[in-house]
Amino acid sequence: MASYSTNEFKGGLKLLLDGDPVSIVENELVKPGKGQAFNRVKLRNLKTGRMIEKTFKSGESVEAADVVDVDMEFSYNDGEFWYFMDPNTFEQVGAGESAMADAAKWIKGQELCTVTLWNGEPLTVTPPNFVELAVTETDPGLKGDTAQGGTKPATLESGAVVKVPLFIEEGEVLKVDTRSGEYVSRVKD
Amino acid sequence: MLQNIRAFFAQQGVLEVDTPVLSAASITDPHISSFKTIYQEQVYYLQTSPEFFMKRLLAAGAGDIYQIARVFREDEQGHWHNPEFSMLEWYRTGQDHHGLMDEIEQLLAQLVNTLDTTGHWSVVNRISYEQAFIDILGINPLDASCAELKHLTSKNKIEIPVGMDEENKDMWLDWLMTQAIAPAFSKQEFTFLYDYPASQAALARIGTDNPGIAHRFEIFAGELELGNGFYELIDAQEQGRRFDNENLRRQRQGQEEIPVDKNLLAALEHGLPECSGVAIGLDRLLMVLLGKAHITEVVSFGISQV
Repeated sequence: MASYSTNEFKGGLKLLLDGDPVSIVENELVKPGKGQAFNRVKLRNLKTGRMIEKTFKSGESVEAADVVDVDMEFSYNDGEFWYFMDPNTFEQVGAGESAMADAAKWIKGQELCTVTLWNGEPLTVTPPNFVELAVTETDPGLKGDTAQGGTKPATLESGAVVKVPLFIEEGEVLKVDTRSGEYVSRVKD
Repeated sequence: MLQNIRAFFAQQGVLEVDTPVLSAASITDPHISSFKTIYQEQVYYLQTSPEFFMKRLLAAGAGDIYQIARVFREDEQGHWHNPEFSMLEWYRTGQDHHGLMDEIEQLLAQLVNTLDTTGHWSVVNRISYEQAFIDILGINPLDASCAELKHLTSKNKIEIPVGMDEENKDMWLDWLMTQAIAPAFSKQEFTFLYDYPASQAALARIGTDNPGIAHRFEIFAGELELGNGFYELIDAQEQGRRFDNENLRRQRQGQEEIPVDKNLLAALEHGLPECSGVAIGLDRLLMVLLGKAHITEVVSFGISQV
């Protein structure tokens, strides 16, 4: 198994810690003048998203985690798994609910998502930053109210609910930022 | 800052010297890693400090000398570390380490007077390594066992690092130093910590009355280490043994052995005058005087910008 020594530590490096894949967020050298150095490291647990702090004696080696990001296209959901396909190799993987988390509510099909694979299994799925989705349900639009700043909830075809301006009607296609969950604009046909 | 330091030494009659950056030998300390380069099929090391060359000058009768040198250490980067940094190295003949600490206090006072923009650096404390551990952790570091130090670490809710060698007492002491002792030093004052355990003597002489300690000291600004000094070891045989022991430790830990500086040992053999010496990291000193949080704020270009 590949491993990294503390002097190779840098942000983004993926390690295996207590059986979980983690990513280095910050690495700081702690040294008592002369004498033994230590590395204080902030890590993100890639399974739970939780931040942890850990100190290593400098020179220690830590096992590398086989974690890669692959751009894959969302195919379909069979009720249990969300299936993604690598457009280059046509390889398919199925992501469960915990890997999908929030990503599930933003995709309806064909979106290119970033699938983080750990030993070939989906660990997390990140939807595209912007998606275009149709409104399936919202209160009737109020014409001529475009100048006001008011908003109302709208349900999108993927299942997400976003706040939209009052003039938005059912059936309209919207551009939404998946990172903030905010409405960006209407998409003109 | 550089002008100020030079003026201080000119007034004291200490001679500024300049020595090579490249050397065929380097420091054997397993905790310091030297950069290497090759010239005419021979390996040369970039200096981690100008100490060995300056001691050769001392043995040749140079008298009191100082140098502002660029030094290099591999694998050292962070808020307080840049692999290339400026060091003030300074030797006073006929002085023990307390005499030298008095003079460092004078230099610090002068720099604080002219450069301190934070307005709080004035007091200098002096405490022995032993007393600091007794006051802060309630343990005597000279007699404590590894098991006691481990227990103390857990009791104080200090994390035990991955890879800790539990049979290595100095490793426990170093860890407690960074986690409990230095953080307890007064935040806005300088502290001299002196008379380290003999096992951490480096190039300092062992205590004449107490063989358990070495006359080594470190300077801290708050909890930040600024420099290290010795009442210098002048015994060539003893120095040779320490180099060999350090290379043995390197061998055991799978580290590369470093060629011992034979010229330095020859100089010690010839006779080093009674003296004390200190090395101070000037970038860090400037950081604390200007209240900066990252070393890249006080150098023209940090390692990620070169």
